[in-house]
Amino acid sequence: MQDQGKTVVKVGLSTCGIAAGGYKTYETLETEIKNNNLNVELKKTGCIGMCYTEPIVDVIAPDGTLFSYGTVDEEKARRIVAEHIRNGKPPQDLLINEEREAVVGGQVRISLRNCGIINPESLDEYRATGGYKAIEKALKEMTPEQVIDEVLRSGLRGRGGAGFPTGMKWRFTRMNKGDQKYIVCNADEGDPGAFMDRSIIEGDPHAVVEGMMLAGYAIGASQGHVYVRAEYPLAIIRLEKAIQDARAAGLLGQNILGSGFSFELKIKKGAGAFVCGEETALLASLEGERGMPRLKPPFPAEQGLWRKPTCINNVETFANVPWIIVNGAEQYAAYGTEKSKGTKVFALAGKMKRGGLIEVPMGITLRDVIFGVGGGVRDDKQFKGVQLGGPSGGCIPESLLDTPVDYDSLTRTGAIMGSGGMIVMDETTCMVDMARYFLDFVQNESCGKCIHCRLGTKRMLEILTRITEGKAAAEELDLLEELAYNVKEGALCGLGQTAPNPVLTTLKYFRNEYEAHIYDRRCPAKSCPELLTYTINAELCNGCRRCAKRCPTEAITGERKEPHMIDQEKCIKCGNCFDACKFKAVMVE
Amino acid sequence: MAGTAETLGVGIIPYEKIDEIVKKYKGDSSAIIPILQDIQELMDYVPKDSIAYMAEKLGVSPAKIYGIVTFYAQFRLQPMGKYMIMLCEGTACHVNGAKLISGAITDELGIRGGETTPDGLFTLEKVACIGCCSLSPVMVIGGETYAKLTPDATRKIIKEYQQKEEAAQN
Repeated sequence: MQDQGKTVVKVGLSTCGIAAGGYKTYETLETEIKNNNLNVELKKTGCIGMCYTEPIVDVIAPDGTLFSYGTVDEEKARRIVAEHIRNGKPPQDLLINEEREAVVGGQVRISLRNCGIINPESLDEYRATGGYKAIEKALKEMTPEQVIDEVLRSGLRGRGGAGFPTGMKWRFTRMNKGDQKYIVCNADEGDPGAFMDRSIIEGDPHAVVEGMMLAGYAIGASQGHVYVRAEYPLAIIRLEKAIQDARAAGLLGQNILGSGFSFELKIKKGAGAFVCGEETALLASLEGERGMPRLKPPFPAEQGLWRKPTCINNVETFANVPWIIVNGAEQYAAYGTEKSKGTKVFALAGKMKRGGLIEVPMGITLRDVIFGVGGGVRDDKQFKGVQLGGPSGGCIPESLLDTPVDYDSLTRTGAIMGSGGMIVMDETTCMVDMARYFLDFVQNESCGKCIHCRLGTKRMLEILTRITEGKAAAEELDLLEELAYNVKEGALCGLGQTAPNPVLTTLKYFRNEYEAHIYDRRCPAKSCPELLTYTINAELCNGCRRCAKRCPTEAITGERKEPHMIDQEKCIKCGNCFDACKFKAVMVE
Repeated sequence: MAGTAETLGVGIIPYEKIDEIVKKYKGDSSAIIPILQDIQELMDYVPKDSIAYMAEKLGVSPAKIYGIVTFYAQFRLQPMGKYMIMLCEGTACHVNGAKLISGAITDELGIRGGETTPDGLFTLEKVACIGCCSLSPVMVIGGETYAKLTPDATRKIIKEYQQKEEAAQN
């Protein structure tokens, strides 16, 4: 891959890197390298997972030594070229090697194995890391049953959230009779706060293609569909290129590698509906209908796309499969716990010091993930809770931080593994507001087919809104809980059945916050605007008028250089004055 | 390239182009979603008249297509402003103050989610997650991502766009 004697410079250009200004960094490096006539190879790569310090630039010396630089803007890019590449003196103040070791070193990267390492747009680079060796091995040395057996023995479970054993799903789909079968990749990553599927497709699209091919061979399907969110344009572009390149190289199409196995892949862009992450809704959407779920059984393995046996797996699940086939089920199963084998990718976000993507063996504790790899809470504030599994998941308090991360332990807490989103919250996050936020989301995304979800979530949202506004009656807390259980039991699909989880877990672990809102009309996190009162401390106010200028309702009055006052009647609690004051004179209660 | 409502003329539907799109999918009625995506790519929105036309071509009822258009968040029935502000309201952005950003935009432009300013410059669209959670709160304007926003930074960014427009007009 790397020419001997040539320095390689890589820029992380996934959505996160680009959002942080990665293209400008890339262009600056390109110009500087060209202007100075340097014999350096400049490359694009995916996301290494340290999203908080993007754009990341890696300089790899001819002897293979890695120098990693973080938050590289145009100026830093010029310094790297001038000091490191031209003068051989890597600017020490920009290096993040140690931090990279702390974050990446402790991980076990299987589905993320190539992300941030190879150029995702290059088939050659994927092949150089052993890519498409798994499908070659399967086609030449293994029967479809052996492939299924290998996946089954690896213990791999669905990474999309439900955790159904992948090998078992494959076996069922293989056993069901059908003249045509389908493989579907669920890349409709809808959980707001999880972005591993995007990152895998952007960083290593061929791994997903190869995983789907293996599934196709195993179950006897010759067609695959990837259902990707339209909100992920870069992922779609890179996947399209990967499919084209694989086709041109004879890895997709008729009679692959002379084996007689044929497989074709198509991309279908989602159109923005969270419920389409539910498999039967996804299938309806693929068929061009409104994405509404239906009752199961029949399961997609029996009657899926166009009523044919269909195997639906998530992006991360597929990305694991080639590794398992090449390295063997035992190696994969050596990681993890008894019932949750292998590794899992987590998206760390919220009030996290080092937000990004990590992949760790199942069974490590939440504490190790959040305070170890994630570096703890930002600004060293007090940890309050962590939301796992997005709108379908739950909120776990500090007392349960030693829970091991595996499907079953997490389910026991009331949360779920879900797709692996972890949103960390600190003392300034209001738990009632969090529950309200998720209910609002689910309410918007409910397809409306069943009453429990359509009306139940609406009523729950109304109660939660009243609580955050300090207008709820005492008995409404019981009503909320009762409704939550009813929706959980009565809803048609996974979206509705899991929608009450954020409410139930916050009620279980943070009931005191609900009670403070209801009985004391007080928001302990000082986050719910309706329950706050802004006042000005006359002793600290020097009358600079900064707050008065920023007040949208002219509620602040006072003479210049004299203490100011806030008219509570006019105040809309926007918080502008609090942000504007440089003397900490504005108080919030 | 997508045309804007202005360049294409609002209300004028290029029927021959819609024919081409429908033909591309071989008149397949299961391809309603990709056909609508292509129409929106062309027009920036899905004009109501194009729904009736498409229904006739595909041999399905306009109600069915309308049902699909209104089901999926991606489709718009009204033309959007020159600049689309996509404000992320994902969990990470919410925890890091997306509500304040949304307030600042509404303050500055007088529009809420799904609305367009009277001058046709800005449309505010609230989206669930654009997948760069570690840079939250985020918004995207015309393909450019703005990360780690504060209400003040947001106001400044919007003013820059307004000034750019004013300068272009003079």
